[in-house]
Amino acid sequence: MDQLFPNVAISVVKVLEGLGHQVDYPEGQTCCGQPAFNSGYWKEARDVAARFLDVFADAETIVCPSGSCTTMIREFYFDLFRDTADFKASAGVAAKTFEFTEFLARKLNVVDLGARFPGRVVWHDACHGLRGLCLKEEPRRLLRAVRGLDLLEMKESETCCGFGGTFSIKFPNISTAMDDVKVGSIEECGADYVASADSSCLMQIGGLLEKRGSKVKTIHIAEILASR
Amino acid sequence: MTHACQFIRDSATKAADLRHRAVLQKATGTYATKVQDTKSLFIDWSYGRELARQRKWEAVNDLAFHLEEFDLRATARGMTVHWAENAAEAREIILGLCKRHGVRKVVKSKSMVTEEIHLNDFLEENGVIPVESDLGEYIVQLRHEHPYHIVTPVMHLTKEDIDLTFHEKLGTPTGSTAEDLTLTARRVLRNEYLTADMGITGANFIIAETGMVCLTENEGNARLSSSMPRVHLAICGIEKVLPRLDDLALFLPMLAVSGTGQQLTCYNTMIGGPRQTTEVDGPDEVHVILLDNGRTELLADAEQREALHCIRCGACLNACPVFKNIGGHAYGTTYQGPIGSVITPHLRGLEEWKHLSYASSLCGGCAEVCPVHIELHHHLLRNRRNAVQTNGSGWLEQISFQLWSFAMRNTTIYRVCALLSRFGQGISRRLGIEGTALDPLQRWSKTRALPEIPARSFHDWWHERNQ
Ligand code: SF4
Repeated sequence: MDQLFPNVAISVVKVLEGLGHQVDYPEGQTCCGQPAFNSGYWKEARDVAARFLDVFADAETIVCPSGSCTTMIREFYFDLFRDTADFKASAGVAAKTFEFTEFLARKLNVVDLGARFPGRVVWHDACHGLRGLCLKEEPRRLLRAVRGLDLLEMKESETCCGFGGTFSIKFPNISTAMDDVKVGSIEECGADYVASADSSCLMQIGGLLEKRGSKVKTIHIAEILASR
Repeated sequence: MTHACQFIRDSATKAADLRHRAVLQKATGTYATKVQDTKSLFIDWSYGRELARQRKWEAVNDLAFHLEEFDLRATARGMTVHWAENAAEAREIILGLCKRHGVRKVVKSKSMVTEEIHLNDFLEENGVIPVESDLGEYIVQLRHEHPYHIVTPVMHLTKEDIDLTFHEKLGTPTGSTAEDLTLTARRVLRNEYLTADMGITGANFIIAETGMVCLTENEGNARLSSSMPRVHLAICGIEKVLPRLDDLALFLPMLAVSGTGQQLTCYNTMIGGPRQTTEVDGPDEVHVILLDNGRTELLADAEQREALHCIRCGACLNACPVFKNIGGHAYGTTYQGPIGSVITPHLRGLEEWKHLSYASSLCGGCAEVCPVHIELHHHLLRNRRNAVQTNGSGWLEQISFQLWSFAMRNTTIYRVCALLSRFGQGISRRLGIEGTALDPLQRWSKTRALPEIPARSFHDWWHERNQ
């Protein structure tokens, strides 16, 4: 987010400040530990995740523009910290961590953010947001309120794009085949943009769209909601 | 060739095979619609799932007790119960029975456990002819293949493929309709039931309370296999036991819905022992083999024990986007898809089968559809952790993650690394090697473009703004 997709994070700040919230960015933060955790390196993951717990210990609410990282904290920290001294602290942090669209639509109950974004947009249900956090209607509700935006649906919108972290480089053939199915559905529905709440999915989908020379662009929902 | 190499080779071939993909997408698509329709008849499917999960928990967490009760009651009904610790023991028990009864031909109904113990090859080597009677399994046998899917053994074949197989193996004219093909199989198989000396079936459930074996199927072939020959043998994994008869009221519909999208399968049979003196039909002897074959290892693992809750419905395969691209044969296992990737390392060795646990994007689609709510993707992660702990992932990866962990705990090093990668991308773009064999990131960039790293990070933006 910090390095590859700064504009997503900037948009999140703009949207939240626009709603009158005070946003802080603890500079000591790096990663939630998911890459190591998913690869089986739980000790290394725990060390990094413990730092995450430290850095965010005093935060009132943590908002994260990624369903994947949010699910890591909310669901998988229970596995990672089970039977360790940090278990309680991890549960505490998990309880105040929200995915961006979840925070807006469920916690704050806002729908219309006054955004304007002309174009046909199709929503990709990223796996962790959908199955980990049960976010299906929430992002769609936010998008429908955007002026000029035409929300489309695609076939198999709930099917994984094939990213899966290190899976995408350990098994590039399988990962790309899955991506191919996804990109096929996106192109078929006639969208100008494919939007999601996870930059990693968008990187996977966008990578193949670009390789194919497709006109469809990827965009994070925060960027849409921050558009005027 | 190691199992991992075989998997990487076969999965890559299948992933690139668009015809294969189309056949599979069509089959799983039809299945998904049917399941959706049937599920919608339930007032509360998720409540049923939780109930099923609890019942299985109860069964598996007191497995020895329920199995002993089954043994006692089944024996009282006149069946013979055998306990087999591994595949070899199970095969010997079966061979012993064949010898004692002078069996030359065995008619079999669908059973994955007999695949697990490689029974067909073994019987043939010992002069006994095995004949598969489930239509799908029969086709698999004609083609000398292994079942492609635990529930749908020929999911990868179209009607045309089957037509051709029948033409080659049975001499039927090409261009037959589906009805013709079914009738041909029926005609051939009827004779096999009449001439077989023994029938071998699996068991979908065994009931401790009543000592009965439950078979559920759509073709009536399991019922024929278990009632026409002189001897009936049912073989099942020890996890198939349910405490009460009443549990079937929940599990039969759950299995039918998740397996094929039916409300109930067409034939549900309860086997309560050999033919009684007052009865005209049925075998002289009924034997049940309870097979362990690595399952008690899984039982001993409190963290992953719930993998034994599986009722082999196949739903997780049909939901799995990896399966839908590589198909069943690429796995090289008896049990394919997510559940296969979870249990095979336990049944056949972590070292040799750990690669399957990594071959998943962890999308959680499997856990979402599992009728007994096994958290399959969590178990894949646990297998990965166990593999790393037993030092099974190579020194390079190990060092990489140690370095990564170090960098992620030190903001200065993290920023230096970020700068370096920006620099690296600049060079690789300027040299034009991105996506080529020279690109260190080619495992990604060969098929997918890399996003350009923006000149300014969020961190920079935040700083400038707050100055
Ligand atoms: S793990 Fe669950 S979904 Fe998969 S076959 Fe077993 S019961 Fe069915």
